[in-house]
Amino acid sequence: MKPFLLALMLLLPAYSYAGEAKDLAENPVMERRMIQLAEEVRCLVCQSETVASSRSDWSNDVRQIMREKMQAGATDQEIKDILVERFGKSVLFDPPVDAETVPLWFAPFVMLLLGIAALFFQLRKRRETVPETQLSEDAQQRAAALLNDKEETR
Amino acid sequence: MNRFIWPLVIFLVLAGFLFVGLRLDPREVPSPLIGKPAPAFTLPLLYAPEKTFSSQDMKGQVWMLNVWASWCGSYKDEHPILMDLAQQKIVPIYGLDYKDKRADGQATLNNSGDPYTLAIFDADGKVGFDYGVYGVPETYIIDKQGVIRDKLIGAVTPQNLRERILPLIAELNKQ
Repeated sequence: MKPFLLALMLLLPAYSYAGEAKDLAENPVMERRMIQLAEEVRCLVCQSETVASSRSDWSNDVRQIMREKMQAGATDQEIKDILVERFGKSVLFDPPVDAETVPLWFAPFVMLLLGIAALFFQLRKRRETVPETQLSEDAQQRAAALLNDKEETR
Repeated sequence: MNRFIWPLVIFLVLAGFLFVGLRLDPREVPSPLIGKPAPAFTLPLLYAPEKTFSSQDMKGQVWMLNVWASWCGSYKDEHPILMDLAQQKIVPIYGLDYKDKRADGQATLNNSGDPYTLAIFDADGKVGFDYGVYGVPETYIIDKQGVIRDKLIGAVTPQNLRERILPLIAELNKQ
């Protein structure tokens, strides 16, 4: 009985269909273009997901609007502009480099340079304050004796 | 002394940033529409499908556009506050029923009260899209020239009403 039930359950996945597949059939070329564009757009509901992968209602709408605009002959850039106009630059995963987004793009590199500079000056300062000392012949012998002595006691 | 002060300063700056970060809501994407003319639209009314409302009719008035839906949970939070605000007659509140079923929208207002000067019906959410709506509820304050002056993402609360909405409306009415 148990193997039979198991076999029956294994058949179950065959009965599940993807709901979105319908749209794909209508115009596969445009659908592919739409998905490619949707990969670059942030779902504002889920934030770290793309509109292409999000199942939120808002993303469904945006994909539908993309289809309509594409059908009406809009270019990818025009569709992006429409979205940025309404939802702001953060709706794109790769926001354009301009006056407003300069800190976003370059602050990490500035931070890195500052860190390297701080490290450099710190190291140089330390070398100045801790001069390498020259051991006298006498001190060197004593050090060797101490070290050897320690080794023997182990 | 210096070598103790600098790490402390760096720590305090970092702590300051993190503290501010705690209070930011990443869901609140600042709207690029603030300071821009409100997108013009004409839509049917929720209660009378044959009649329409046009945003152009609101020129010369400060008004509030509240985007809501019967399916939205947090609408229940702001509803009593809107009812209260409507009674004070400070500002006309226009309700945009976003991506809803007409019967559901009407039933919600029938059951819990209608705070709106007019309830407008946006069945497919196209007007909502033009206004950059991505979560319900959202509230827009529009000035006499038809420019969006503020956008509130999420429910109207007694706090943001007192500190943000009412002072702005008072200021805009003076202009």
